[in-house]
Amino acid sequence: MNFDFNFKDLDWKPLALVPLLALLALPLVGSGSTWLTLTVAGLAMGMIVFIIASGLTLVFGLMDVLNFGHGVFIALGAFVATSVLGSMTDWTQSAELWRNLVAVFPAMLVAMAVAGALGLAFERFIVRPVYGQHLKQILITMGGMIIGEEIIKVIWGPQQIPLPLPEGMRGAWLWGDAAIERYRVVAVGVGLLVFGVLAYTLNRTKIGLLIRAGVQDREMVESLGYRIRRLFVGVFVVGSALAGLGGVMWGLYQQNVVPQMGAQVNVLIFIVIIIGGLGSTGGALIGALLVGLMANYTGFLLPKLALFSNIALMVAVLLWRPQGVYPVTNR
Amino acid sequence: MSTKPSAHPSANQGVNLLELKGVHTHIGAYHILHGVDLAVPRGQLTMLLGRNGAGKTTTLRTIMGLWQASQGSLHFDGRDISKMHTPHIAGLDIAYVPENMGIFSDLSVKENMLLAARKASRVAQIDEQRLQWIFGLFPAVQKFWNHPAGKLSGGQKQMLAVSRAIVEPRKLLIIDEPSKGLAPVMINNMIDAFAQLKASGVTILLVEQNINFAKRLGDTVAVMDDGRVVHAGSMAELAEDEALQRSLLGLAL
Repeated sequence: MNFDFNFKDLDWKPLALVPLLALLALPLVGSGSTWLTLTVAGLAMGMIVFIIASGLTLVFGLMDVLNFGHGVFIALGAFVATSVLGSMTDWTQSAELWRNLVAVFPAMLVAMAVAGALGLAFERFIVRPVYGQHLKQILITMGGMIIGEEIIKVIWGPQQIPLPLPEGMRGAWLWGDAAIERYRVVAVGVGLLVFGVLAYTLNRTKIGLLIRAGVQDREMVESLGYRIRRLFVGVFVVGSALAGLGGVMWGLYQQNVVPQMGAQVNVLIFIVIIIGGLGSTGGALIGALLVGLMANYTGFLLPKLALFSNIALMVAVLLWRPQGVYPVTNR
Repeated sequence: MSTKPSAHPSANQGVNLLELKGVHTHIGAYHILHGVDLAVPRGQLTMLLGRNGAGKTTTLRTIMGLWQASQGSLHFDGRDISKMHTPHIAGLDIAYVPENMGIFSDLSVKENMLLAARKASRVAQIDEQRLQWIFGLFPAVQKFWNHPAGKLSGGQKQMLAVSRAIVEPRKLLIIDEPSKGLAPVMINNMIDAFAQLKASGVTILLVEQNINFAKRLGDTVAVMDDGRVVHAGSMAELAEDEALQRSLLGLAL
């Protein structure tokens, strides 16, 4: 997707899907306050899923690499956060929000650094030998994720570890009858920040221009004299670091972490990038918000159908636009 | 006529800027090039002619490293480029316009130009004089500056592709069928552009189907058939000899 648009060229229909889904759910949910709570929860979840999915969609778009091991960066980020936050209980248990943020911020940074470093090794030793071979990519990246999960178990143990929210982020703001959990607002804020930085980088810098061009036609970018492999390694590392950040956010959202959490979130992420159009960051945002809202509405209305509902959503979107809401041209 | 581009300083290593000797290229199981010998003299415009499927595009792609030669040697400016990767080859100051033009259709015309200008990280850093010269040659590039390149017509895309190739000075321009899809008036602008570039010392290698285009511009010519260069010489010689044209180029032209 091109953010450097003039509005005449903007394809607004996919953007309208998000409010449309929310409005459709309103009569089904019935109560306005419940609906508002669910909608905020859905947007928060969507933003976290977007943070995780943004790197994956660029990795696929740029180098045609299917990384089924993306989930391992999520789990690693979350587990690193348990260690960092666990050593800063004075700060997390303080009721002052700024002290909580001082604790959470380094936890996020360390999680991103560790996930990014693993991403560098993952690209070098697991992904690079299988460029251009989709079946092998699927098998070996899944294998990489399994190994990563086992390493996490060796370091942190196989059991679920609590990741309690810092004091100041707990609880909810009441607005009429609707309860809006504070952390969800924080999650939306962080998600918007990540989206803002990504959108700026992609649309206002030469590196971003190279990434957008590479997603469309990598051969031509190379013919213009740019080393796209180097760019790809950078995108892979940043994507892994963002997955690590998303893992911290997801862990705090669930308030606990398990080594298998990466594999659990993986399914959602793939649904998101397929809905968005492989390689499209803007599409991934819309896909993530739709998936987040859908999961929360059906979780309330028909809990047994929660995962199925997202697959149904994907099918419906693909029937409308078979290559996702924002298909990347030239592919 | 507007500002001419600055001449590119080139080392004086031999008469030929680009030289292919006995180049074979395989694509999967197919043996496409069967020992291509091609010399592109410095400062001249070389036309690569031949019917469809003769191996012209494959030759250009092999030069750019997009396909690896399985045998033979490729030298550019005295350097062996046969094992180099595409970005390095392009980095030796070679601009390449592929057959499909390689336009990034989701990006604006401006962004397409910025990508081709390797030294510029912002549009403002592109050499303004050169840009004005390009706008003079191809007004559509200026007219649709902020529009998505995907919305341009085929001819406009071709003009953008050539504009991209000349936005910064390069030693060698390699262009696959520049006249394809162009209106006659635009073909004249294109010929004008190449003539100006050549006058400034740029070496040019063109694949062309349009014999009139080739006659008006070419200094030297190489004719390909069946994965080999079957005739090489001066364009003037070929242009005068209709019998030779018929025997070499057949009905394809």
